Amino acid sequence: MLTAVPISWFLTLSAVLFALGVAGFVFRRNIITVFMSIELMLNAVNLSFVTFSYHQKQVNGHLYAFFVMVVAAAEAAVGLAIILTIFKNRSTLNIDDVDSMKN
Amino acid sequence: MLIDTIFFYVFALLTLGGGLLTITRRNAVHSALSLIVSLLGVAGLYLMQQAEFLFAVQIVLYVGGIMVLFLFVIMLVNLDLSAKERQFNGQWMVALVAVAAVGAEISWFLYRGQGAFQLADTAGAPSAAAFAVTTTGNTEILADVLFQEYLLPFEIASILLLVAVVGAVVMAKKRI
Repeated sequence: MLTAVPISWFLTLSAVLFALGVAGFVFRRNIITVFMSIELMLNAVNLSFVTFSYHQKQVNGHLYAFFVMVVAAAEAAVGLAIILTIFKNRSTLNIDDVDSMKN
Repeated sequence: MLIDTIFFYVFALLTLGGGLLTITRRNAVHSALSLIVSLLGVAGLYLMQQAEFLFAVQIVLYVGGIMVLFLFVIMLVNLDLSAKERQFNGQWMVALVAVAAVGAEISWFLYRGQGAFQLADTAGAPSAAAFAVTTTGNTEILADVLFQEYLLPFEIASILLLVAVVGAVVMAKKRI
């Protein structure tokens, strides 16, 4: 019934995907790409949830992943509205230029 | 089974390749398209693990909803200027070290914890959330658990979505 692929492969894939998301989040200067990196990280966590759920033979992990997706949808709606507002007010999407809280 | 391994490699390649292209492409539209490829790879991995409902939700909600929203926003803002300038932070060396540390830490824990994933058979303690007989679909089990055990979180999630809708409208509208 279980697939022959060991659980650690899935978890390692999830970890690498999360690290990619962290890298994008820290490296990139474009707000939209930073936002996409957050989506990558959320997906990595969801993959871990589903993997553990599959190996425990419980569906609780599926529900957690589902709720993470709901939060991601809400976050995308509000975050993209914020991005549009920033672009309207400052006509830039460079995160280094949006630093008015620094001073 | 060999076929499972092949499928895993194909989906892992899609996921990681898409993720890598997402964070390295200069053009934001290319990044978004690569992210769609990555999300499709993750959806395939869900299907491999018998999460059919999440597979469908991943494609409908993420690829069909959130990514289209992203592409809309990319079309609305003018990114021609930012595509020409430097793409990465000045402190990218520090960031690279930090990311390598995160990756090494997680890999080390996974390597050291190899035996920890021999999860006990849960057949002795069946709960409502346990996989029932295989004739019942994944979606049906999920619905039973969602509307019984997880009813309160479900309602809270609906309130969260309402807050997000109100917030987006407040943010986008000039005068309320």
